[in-house]
Amino acid sequence: MTRAAADYADAVLAAPVTVPYVRHSIRSAHWFVARALAGLLETSGLAKADIDGLSLGSFTLAPDTAVGLTQHLGITTRWLDHLPLGGASGIVALRRALRAVQAGDADVVACIGADTNHVESFRLGLGNFSVFARDAVLPYGSGGPNASFAFLTSYYMRVHGATREDFGKLCVAQRDNALGYRHALFKKPLTLAEYLHARPIADPLRLFDCVLPCAGAEGFLVMRRARAERLGLPYVLVRSTMERHNAFAEDPIQMRGGWVLDRERLYGDAGVGPRDVDFVQTYDDYPVMSLIQLEDLGFCAKGEGPEFIRANSFTTDGTFPINTSGGQLSVGQAGCAAGFLGLVEAIRQLSGRNLARPVPRARLALVIGFGMITFDRGLCCAAAVLAGSNA
Amino acid sequence: MIPPLPPAARSRAALGLTAAAARGRFELQVCTACGAVQYPSREACHRCLGIELAWRAQDGRGELIAETTIHHSHDPYFRERLPWRIGLVRLDAGPSLVAHLPSACPAAPSRVVVAVRLDRAGRGVLIAFPPEEPANMSDDRQLREMSCSVKSRKILVTDGKTPLGRALVRAVLAAGAGRVWVGHAGSWKDLPDLAALGALPGVAFVPLDVTDGCAVRALAGEIGGDVDILINNAEMHGAPGVASGGGLETARAEMDVNYFGLLRLAQDFAPALRSRAAGGASGASAWVNILSVFALSSFPAHGTFSASKAAALSLSQALRAEMRCAGIRVINVFPGPLDDESSRALPAPKLAPEALAAAVVAGLRDGIEDLYPGEIAQEWLARYRDDPKVLELELAVAEPRR
Repeated sequence: MTRAAADYADAVLAAPVTVPYVRHSIRSAHWFVARALAGLLETSGLAKADIDGLSLGSFTLAPDTAVGLTQHLGITTRWLDHLPLGGASGIVALRRALRAVQAGDADVVACIGADTNHVESFRLGLGNFSVFARDAVLPYGSGGPNASFAFLTSYYMRVHGATREDFGKLCVAQRDNALGYRHALFKKPLTLAEYLHARPIADPLRLFDCVLPCAGAEGFLVMRRARAERLGLPYVLVRSTMERHNAFAEDPIQMRGGWVLDRERLYGDAGVGPRDVDFVQTYDDYPVMSLIQLEDLGFCAKGEGPEFIRANSFTTDGTFPINTSGGQLSVGQAGCAAGFLGLVEAIRQLSGRNLARPVPRARLALVIGFGMITFDRGLCCAAAVLAGSNA
Repeated sequence: MIPPLPPAARSRAALGLTAAAARGRFELQVCTACGAVQYPSREACHRCLGIELAWRAQDGRGELIAETTIHHSHDPYFRERLPWRIGLVRLDAGPSLVAHLPSACPAAPSRVVVAVRLDRAGRGVLIAFPPEEPANMSDDRQLREMSCSVKSRKILVTDGKTPLGRALVRAVLAAGAGRVWVGHAGSWKDLPDLAALGALPGVAFVPLDVTDGCAVRALAGEIGGDVDILINNAEMHGAPGVASGGGLETARAEMDVNYFGLLRLAQDFAPALRSRAAGGASGASAWVNILSVFALSSFPAHGTFSASKAAALSLSQALRAEMRCAGIRVINVFPGPLDDESSRALPAPKLAPEALAAAVVAGLRDGIEDLYPGEIAQEWLARYRDDPKVLELELAVAEPRR
């Protein structure tokens, strides 16, 4: 086993910001980045000149990248990162920004995930998502990610005995969580019957199994603890993180992710185990992925996801709170911002800045990132263990 | 309005799959250094990073491990054809792949054989078949979208006066063609064989001399709006050498039929076919040119004929590019010497007109774009693909046969 990662010492996360999601926007991604940055300044009380690092996750900035945004928004940075890693963007941004602050390469890094969504942009984006998707997936019905996850879901159901009701239980609970979160795009309760009988999309997936692409942004700041305290900002500590790309490439179909390779170290570095975690933000682009992530991160054994679902409840006041603001399935999937959704919500929960219903006595959270289905499986797996400042 | 086509964009590395599909073969990239079989296509071997990647034939055996039926698509072509069934297949050779799934394929998990077809955009796509292909496979709704089957189609055969022309008419009728127009230059009463064709149901004779632009235009005005599949088999084969004197008469006549004849047909019939393009069971779908394997490399003893067929091949490639954006498939057929009058002096094995006609019907059904029917054509193709220059040298020393 590789040696333990150096801890994150006194680099902390603060100022969680959400630019409210909208289904479609006529604005460009630049607008959402600008709103997120303004929100970070407003929340922290910092001036633009205090931000000397920028980490940006976005799919829809083209032809610009992060550097173009420095000029667009008039900021001067000495550290810059651009992470079009979809659902892993947030955690990867966090890992790199923490090290930059620790090493003194930057004092305050603004981490932002932002994307716009025009009426046509999702469809047009499918064709540009990856060379493999264009060569080997789109010509087969152009079902998009729905079709790819339909394969995983049907396989998982057949091999591990999951039922539509199992996935439905998770989706219904997340919708309940979303009802307490004003930025969620879905505002009505979801019943199991509605879930089960929704419009078919790609068998066995139906409407409420699939994330809703939208526009929006999320952001947070990484800085030294002393700085946060001076500013009077509530903050969150990072106990450990991992990222792993293109793991288990020889598996015929993705039933596990790179988390399996790194979970021992993740928990070891954090000095905790899965049992100690108070809530989990999975990357829930489709409910089957939540089950796979819970298995891979040690909450139950491989294949025991369905049993775990049946034995637990997932609302903020449940036995195992998941996706406490509703997750992407009920809030919406705003491109790379989706990779920040769970992270920003966890920072809120652990620092007492709740917008969603609080998880009682929450001190330790696991946040999971997953992204980039370039062909038949998601390539990027990431996770972080976060702790409240009093933990 | 041109109907929507399936997504046609591919990376250059991926076009090898389509190039093989055009010849009816399922080939994947294989690393010549380590033997890894890979899919999707890449610029380097995913295992050893080798860059010498060869396209090698695959038996396609594998297991269907998951499937879905798509009810929602973002693509205009598929939106009109939902629901659409696809599967994830693990090939015994290693890679996993996404494939179209005909209804006859049993539910996952099941054994399948993956093959390749050209889709309506002219791009190679993978299809998972059951190991034992059921008889009614060609009626499968999804497969029909890729096929140019002659069943129920209205077909023009440009020259009914040759043995090949007559064989083509009989073959498409036997395969269920709805109607066949049989072109003839001059009077059809000249040939008793032709009169026998007229007795077959669905057959109509039409005057067609491809060297006469006015006649071609007149016929296009009359039936061009109804033709679903055009099979151009009009051919002039004089067979003189090049440096043996004898003037330009024969060479000019060959060009007039073999090259300009195709051009005249293309100018007057292609727009009409293109405007009626449609997949599925009706509408215009294909254009077939009977070329010659001599189009690949000159057979010196038939130098001017070879040149006229090479010119026709070049023209047909341009026609194909123009027809592709409407979803009309242009099929080039490269037979070796036929067992007919013009190839009397050539050695066996020669291709029977009936065998060539059967190959055309099968090529239409199976969505093959370049057909090399018969042993001679297959051997020329193999030599040509191995090294065109070596083939030229081999042909240059062959005994001229007159």
